[in-house]
Amino acid sequence: MTAATGRDATTLPRLLGGLGGHDGLRTLERHLDHHGEQPVRAEPGRPDQALLDEVRASGLGGRGGAMFPVSRKIDAVLSQRGRPVVVINAAEGEPPSRKDHVLMRGAPHLIIDGAVVCAALVGAREATIAVEHSSRREYRALEDAVRERTAQAHDDGVEIRLQTVPDGFIVGEERALIDALNGGPGKPTHAPPRPFEKGFGGAPTLVQNAETAAQLALIARYGAGWFRSLGTDDEPGSALVTLSGAVARPGVYEIPIGASLQDLLVAAGGLAAPVQAYLIGGYIGTWIGARDAEGLVLSNAALRPFGAALGARAIVALPETACGVAETARVAGYMSDQSAGQCGPCLLGLDAIAGGMERLARGDGSQLRDIHRWLGLVAGRGECRHPDGAAKLIGSALSVFQDEIARHVHERKCTGDGTSVLPIPAYSRAGRRP
Amino acid sequence: MSEKLSIDWIRCDAHGLCAELLPERISLDDWGYPIIDDTKLTPQLRAHAARAAAQCPLLALRLVRAAA
Repeated sequence: MTAATGRDATTLPRLLGGLGGHDGLRTLERHLDHHGEQPVRAEPGRPDQALLDEVRASGLGGRGGAMFPVSRKIDAVLSQRGRPVVVINAAEGEPPSRKDHVLMRGAPHLIIDGAVVCAALVGAREATIAVEHSSRREYRALEDAVRERTAQAHDDGVEIRLQTVPDGFIVGEERALIDALNGGPGKPTHAPPRPFEKGFGGAPTLVQNAETAAQLALIARYGAGWFRSLGTDDEPGSALVTLSGAVARPGVYEIPIGASLQDLLVAAGGLAAPVQAYLIGGYIGTWIGARDAEGLVLSNAALRPFGAALGARAIVALPETACGVAETARVAGYMSDQSAGQCGPCLLGLDAIAGGMERLARGDGSQLRDIHRWLGLVAGRGECRHPDGAAKLIGSALSVFQDEIARHVHERKCTGDGTSVLPIPAYSRAGRRP
Repeated sequence: MSEKLSIDWIRCDAHGLCAELLPERISLDDWGYPIIDDTKLTPQLRAHAARAAAQCPLLALRLVRAAA
């Protein structure tokens, strides 16, 4: 395989290229063989303006989920006094998402290249990659990669550090991540200050997701025009998707943004069973019924009419044999359990909603009207968007699964066969509920 | 310059004083946390709002500059 593979503008995979084999691109030799040399070296105190122009022209949006323009985050950091630092967010707390895990394991050097690019963009001397505690294999892959670069005297001009953070949904939130890195409990802190003002170690901090870093590593090599040759005008580039549920080959796929759900399903070998609904955007995402999902296009612009967004692009195909009410009740329990517990409406509201959903799953609809009201009371009333995301998911379930809800309440019937499709991590108390 | 009410949700502990001092703009939810009508404050209400903010035992209620 030659470096030319990555340059072919319209060909996928980009990020996942060379990851077919057992160890993927874990060694520096194989990484360089596939992607070619990283042209960028960080110079502390001297932000690379030409590179920033390229990133701005690329229109890259943050791949952690918010799609926030990467160049604007860099501008914000550069507007601050003080020496900036870089944090790569590889704490993939979204349970149905595995994209960052796959990158860390198979292409650790691409993430590190991206960290170097981030450092070059803001003139940072050091970049820290934050990994969840339980991501041991991923941590080891990154650690091996950093060691190998040091041993081979691969000059990046920046010190790459690895740091673990506690497991959990909320720790992936930018301010919670910084709090964890700073030795705190890993909860969102009151803003301002935001990380770009006062972040890791008190320094202006550029925080970018691991996949975003990997995208930057390729933009630095091939440029904005190459990047934009895939995707849509407003949402350019490729993106990683974690597809699970009733598909023949669940896994992480790379799609051009704006691809159809159908094409993704075909790439995954088609459906493994009849599907009733799709969860789009993970546990802060939206349920979309199978009929509405026909012809669905995977871009934020196309998903907006459904009240949905790509988020971290975790997509779950819910088979007809599963119960959407029970699945959502379990996730509601998890999201409630994962509240940082700092803000009353989130702590108490999500707990009440989760309790109501659990009743509903058992056929007790006595709190259904309250659930609707409570959903309106948690959204927008917290320091972070955790309650908003959970409320969006649960609200979409109440509408997409209304026939199933009626069956539960009026006929005391559940069409589910008792299997669970949506994963609840073992660290969560919600996962240990009977 | 116009101002509006804002809550630091991490600080707020549902004491509920604000809803008593400014019932025109603040009610309480099922758990005792303030629900704020954050439309622009009239000059008459501004003084009451400032008092409510000053009386919050956790300084969680604040008067902030409203976006233009």
